[in-house]
Amino acid sequence: MKHIISVLVENESGVLSRVSGLFSARGFNIESLTVAPVGDKQTSRITLVTEGDGPIIEQILKQLNKLIPVIQVVNLSEGPHVGRELMLIKVSTDRPQQDKSVRNEIMHIVSIFRAQVVDATPTSLIIEVTGDNDKLHACLAMLEPFGVAEVVRTGQVALARGNRK
Amino acid sequence: MQLTGAEIVVKCLQEQGVSTVFGYPGGAALYIYDEIHKAGKSLTHILSRHEQGALHAADGYARATGRPGVALVTSGPGATNAVTGLATAYMDSIPMVCISAQVPVPLIGNDAFQEVDTVGITRSCTKHNFLVRDVRDLARVLREAFYIATSGRPGPVLVDIPKDVSNTKTEYTPAAGEVSIRSYRPTAKGNQRQVRRAVEMLQAARRPLLYTGGGVILSNGWEELRRLTYALNLPITHTLMGLGAFPAKDRQFLGMLGMHGTYEANMAVSHCDLLVAVGARFDDRVTGKISAFAPHAKIIHIDVDPTSISKNVRVDLPIVGDVRLVLEQINAVIQEEKLDQQPPDRQAWWQEIEQWRKKRGLRFTQGSDVIESQYVIQSLCTLTDGQAIVATDVGQHQMWAAQFYGFQEARNWLTSGGLGTMGYGLPAAMGAQVAFPERQVVVITGDGSIQMNIQELGTCLHYRLPVKIVILNNGFLGMVRQWQELFYESRYAQTDIAVAPDFVKLAESYGALGLRTDRPDEVIPLLRQGLAHPGTVLMDFRVRRESNVYPMVPAGGALQDMLLGELL
Repeated sequence: MKHIISVLVENESGVLSRVSGLFSARGFNIESLTVAPVGDKQTSRITLVTEGDGPIIEQILKQLNKLIPVIQVVNLSEGPHVGRELMLIKVSTDRPQQDKSVRNEIMHIVSIFRAQVVDATPTSLIIEVTGDNDKLHACLAMLEPFGVAEVVRTGQVALARGNRK
Repeated sequence: MQLTGAEIVVKCLQEQGVSTVFGYPGGAALYIYDEIHKAGKSLTHILSRHEQGALHAADGYARATGRPGVALVTSGPGATNAVTGLATAYMDSIPMVCISAQVPVPLIGNDAFQEVDTVGITRSCTKHNFLVRDVRDLARVLREAFYIATSGRPGPVLVDIPKDVSNTKTEYTPAAGEVSIRSYRPTAKGNQRQVRRAVEMLQAARRPLLYTGGGVILSNGWEELRRLTYALNLPITHTLMGLGAFPAKDRQFLGMLGMHGTYEANMAVSHCDLLVAVGARFDDRVTGKISAFAPHAKIIHIDVDPTSISKNVRVDLPIVGDVRLVLEQINAVIQEEKLDQQPPDRQAWWQEIEQWRKKRGLRFTQGSDVIESQYVIQSLCTLTDGQAIVATDVGQHQMWAAQFYGFQEARNWLTSGGLGTMGYGLPAAMGAQVAFPERQVVVITGDGSIQMNIQELGTCLHYRLPVKIVILNNGFLGMVRQWQELFYESRYAQTDIAVAPDFVKLAESYGALGLRTDRPDEVIPLLRQGLAHPGTVLMDFRVRRESNVYPMVPAGGALQDMLLGELL
């Protein structure tokens, strides 16, 4: 099962490599990892998605806690939470006999997924879509037939719902 | 007060009560060395002959005294040479602070002369490390380094100081109050409910067993451990790292457990109904096949490091906390409920243990022709009354030392258990000897291991350290040869090292006393002579070439399936 782990760390140099080094040294998986300073810039929030059974996740949480600059570790998957990821998709529109209907169809898909077109050139569109994993996959699958040139994803960020920290 | 970085280094070391530093100078470390020179007698510096030696010496100093060891090395190769010493200390949770010099800040990342990414290289073999880019952070970082190294589960901490930082002035404020790091708050006391539960479980068990490790030594918890063991009349076994916590001569001590553990210890683990692990981490050399480890037992695990708990073996009752404090809590409950006055009847369990003990798995026969390694160690133990500080290297001699040197006290046993570092013994012994100039410090080593840091004989002579070196010389990398004999059909691939220096002449060339014998009847007289000599001594015992350490649990085997050797 996938777990979203939220790690609050001191915003100091080398802290990301301590976290990622821990995963590689102990053979844990990282599916995605995002990091950025939060609040007063003294701290950073790392959100990482990993996979493993109970004992492995327990070890991951403990090992993360053991790192000196780690302030707090929360396994968001243990309770209700909201997860989001942002994806940019570049769809190629540079084809012979290009007609308007293709662009219209793309625009239709974009609106179904509440995505938006953030850049357009004669040969391509860039579409921005935000959501959980399933939605992103679904959107990408719908756009694939039109010729997806490039995709970038941010990796998941998440927050626990309600008062849980 | 305006001080340079180098002056702050010396000030902070003195603030921490450091009297001895082990190190090796170099270009980037010059300002710091200059200040150490100026500090004169208030800060002793021991110059090793290789940085690895300095690190192991600081490590041996820490193990013998319980105080953090301090090492100082230069940038680049100085730092890379320190890595094995850091990894050795890290695996055995030894409190140490290593200061490494670095190229000046503007040159970092430029592939400068003698530059390596020291914090990058040492990240995974230190408890924590720092690169100090701004001299204003230096004092705080050094104080945090000592705090981190010595608190919680101890370990080595490295502080990398660029040359320009050590030569820049800043305002220095003497330490005020305790260090506090918001992201680092180790647990000290155990949860009282869990402590009570542990006592209940101990009371209810028919076949309890204490299995204790290095954590007891590191936390200075052996007095509490002894109190508990006696109060409830418990059988007790130690890991390699735990030796000395409980007196080896005592009837309740079953010896070491694990791959080369005693028959009675391993059988007791396999048959107990309650295993209390104290400051031990269920290492693969201890457990053998995990699924067959303590199959009938409920397990209580006391450890300061939450990651150790349920890492290899699921436990029924975890207690996170400082081992000494938790044992104190347990003893308090026992006393409060007067449990020591009505110990449960465990005669049947003890009888069973005595039956296993009768097997005498550590038997050997000393004939009149060839010296047996075990005999040398046993004789050494007798002659020193089990009270010497013993450092070892790694291999057969190490296991025999663990089996046959009956440790009566804690902090007398310096051995690289986790990393298994050949070359550890001699420098570690030097560190202990520096700390305790009057005590008998002995290195038990092999002809392979001793050659890995033989250059430290120079340090011994330089500082007149009367370390006694006992080489069990069999012309083989003995432990590897043993595995080849048992599991690789005696194909001795690259383990014959019979081509060796004349160790007596080698010792003499350094100015030490060299002694040699190959005769069993000369073992004791020669040991007597060597131990009585006031200076550094190297004793070369030519022992049986092919001899195996038994009992032995083949790697990955179940503890109860020990190979017992030719005699049994």
